[in-house]
Amino acid sequence: MSLDLWSLYTLMLKSRLLEEAIARFWYDGLISGEMHLGTGEEAIIAGVVAHLRDGDAMALDHRGTSALLMRGVDPVLILRELLGYEDGLCGGRGGHMHLFSKEHLTASSGIVGAEGPTAVGFALSAQYLRPGAIATAFFGDGAMNQGMLMESINLASAWNLPVLFVCKDDGWAITTQSKQVTGGDLGERARGLGVPAVEVDGGDVSAVWEAAGRAIESARSGQGPTFLHARCVHFEGHFLGFQLIRMVRAPFREMPGITIPLTLSFLHSGGAALHERLEGLKAVLAAVLATLRDPRRDSANDPLRRARTTLQSDTARLEELEEQVEKELSNVLSTVLAGGPS
Amino acid sequence: MRTMFFTQAIDDALGQAMADDPRIVLFGEDIPLLRRNLLVRFGPKRVRGAPISESAFLGAGVAAAMSGLRPVVELYMVDFLGVCMDALLNHAAKVEAFSGGKWTAPVVVRAPCGGGYGDGGQHEQSLWGWLAHVPGLTILVPSTPADAGGLMLAALQHDGPVIFLEHKLLSETWLEFLGSGGRRTVQFGVPAEGAKGAVPNKWEPVPIGKAVFRREGSDITIVSVGVGVHRALEAAKILETEGISAGVLDLRTVSPLDKTVVCEAVAKSGRLLVVDEDYEGFGLSGELSAVVLEAGISCKYARVCTQTTIPYARHLEDQILPNKQRIYASIRKLTQ
Repeated sequence: MSLDLWSLYTLMLKSRLLEEAIARFWYDGLISGEMHLGTGEEAIIAGVVAHLRDGDAMALDHRGTSALLMRGVDPVLILRELLGYEDGLCGGRGGHMHLFSKEHLTASSGIVGAEGPTAVGFALSAQYLRPGAIATAFFGDGAMNQGMLMESINLASAWNLPVLFVCKDDGWAITTQSKQVTGGDLGERARGLGVPAVEVDGGDVSAVWEAAGRAIESARSGQGPTFLHARCVHFEGHFLGFQLIRMVRAPFREMPGITIPLTLSFLHSGGAALHERLEGLKAVLAAVLATLRDPRRDSANDPLRRARTTLQSDTARLEELEEQVEKELSNVLSTVLAGGPS
Repeated sequence: MRTMFFTQAIDDALGQAMADDPRIVLFGEDIPLLRRNLLVRFGPKRVRGAPISESAFLGAGVAAAMSGLRPVVELYMVDFLGVCMDALLNHAAKVEAFSGGKWTAPVVVRAPCGGGYGDGGQHEQSLWGWLAHVPGLTILVPSTPADAGGLMLAALQHDGPVIFLEHKLLSETWLEFLGSGGRRTVQFGVPAEGAKGAVPNKWEPVPIGKAVFRREGSDITIVSVGVGVHRALEAAKILETEGISAGVLDLRTVSPLDKTVVCEAVAKSGRLLVVDEDYEGFGLSGELSAVVLEAGISCKYARVCTQTTIPYARHLEDQILPNKQRIYASIRKLTQ
């Protein structure tokens, strides 16, 4: 298989536009609860999923919409699931964190790190029942500190299972900067368990595609698991309505509700000495400053924009493609909304 | 008296206790953001963030409690206890028995629980019955800001492991964080009297294991905890206009159960309805029926609980979780 940037870009664009539509539904209140989008990590998903074929399995995290779409699940079913309709992908029972497609051997979980054991189990059954098939696990850097994921990497190593562990590293574990709660180097952890670790620029879809292709080929041919470590940014942070991003985007609306209780508490009688309180304040401010400086605010980190730069050499084809994808999504949205709740 | 929101009351009581007792430390995921008000008052040595490693930090909390600290370990949600149940099931709950009563683990596990905002079946469970099944664990489920703060104080003074469950529908901050995300386009069935209310100027512990009547009534006794108490009160108000007098008993503590008060009330009314947001089978509702049977009380009995995995879709979820209509229908049937 040779690299086809046009088709990888198409996958990414479809996903981006779908997730932007999901965001609009969420802001309009048509979707309740949390909403974790994968905007910003599309290059990682596309670069891996483009290699998958019948019999391969995926274990997804709480951010799995994009992978399902790229794997070929009907976007109408996905959207109708998110809207809570009976004819959605999972009958309106699962929601975006719990999307399942038996046909694609794909399971999601809202429990951080649970993708590890799931991928290992899928790979184990592949060894018996689907020789040459593989399993992928998608998770974030926060999940790397979860015991069951570390145990799974070891298990895949010990049993020489065809697993691709994909760490989508955006530097944040929910609202905490990962470096503050993570010891050592993630690639070294995998290597320490006997699993080859590959570092790749998660914003470069071609690079991810190349690296994932080699790892998947190795797994298919019985050479065991690989750990793919890809850095990326999440434009919306952990989830839509992410408090830190709201604070940066709309400081005048968001700040009073946060700073007034914070100040009162800082000045409250009873508690630590002033220098300890200042250390506490510094820690709170550090998270805000990190968000302000966050690379997610820099559009140069957008994997779609990066792929587009290369494709712009053929402007006519690019425009035609984008128009086509937009038209497809518009048709999807009309179908989804025309149906109403079933 | 002051007025406070639910979570504000818990944090306020926690702050009072931390100022009095330097052994109290807080840790858990995202604590620097979630408990930022306590962080700037007590500093990062006593309020710290943890990696997403529940098995490690909850287990560590248990042992830290055994060796002199009074840790409050916070989990993102009670559902995530599934990842680290060993620390509670096989360690915190067992220390006192294994040591012949010579050693205990005074750890407080604080975790949001409950549904009603569309987060699906892995993020909206109650699980207090599952936890209460294990001997050695104390399970608290407050339903008002005053009880939430008072029970937190009692939990911190208790000499064994306590699970303190904070219902997200009552919590202004959790509902904002997980439910609305700052939107004004979504609505939730928040019980006003549970979400905000009068609290004492200085916190005093609310005794563990003591139920309280939220409403007196002679025809039937409704027993509940958390949001269920408020749903029961809504139904009782409607029934009153129809000539049915329903009493509502708020257990406040799931384990140990206030068996005395339950039995006295049911012996008088002759009817028991359990409203329990937790799963129906093998849980609190069945336990309460056993309690009255063992006491030799004969009564009419029914329960309104959650019977299945909680569906994501809001309209399905609203039917699955105990609601006013289901409670009303159940009482009509029991009092026929």
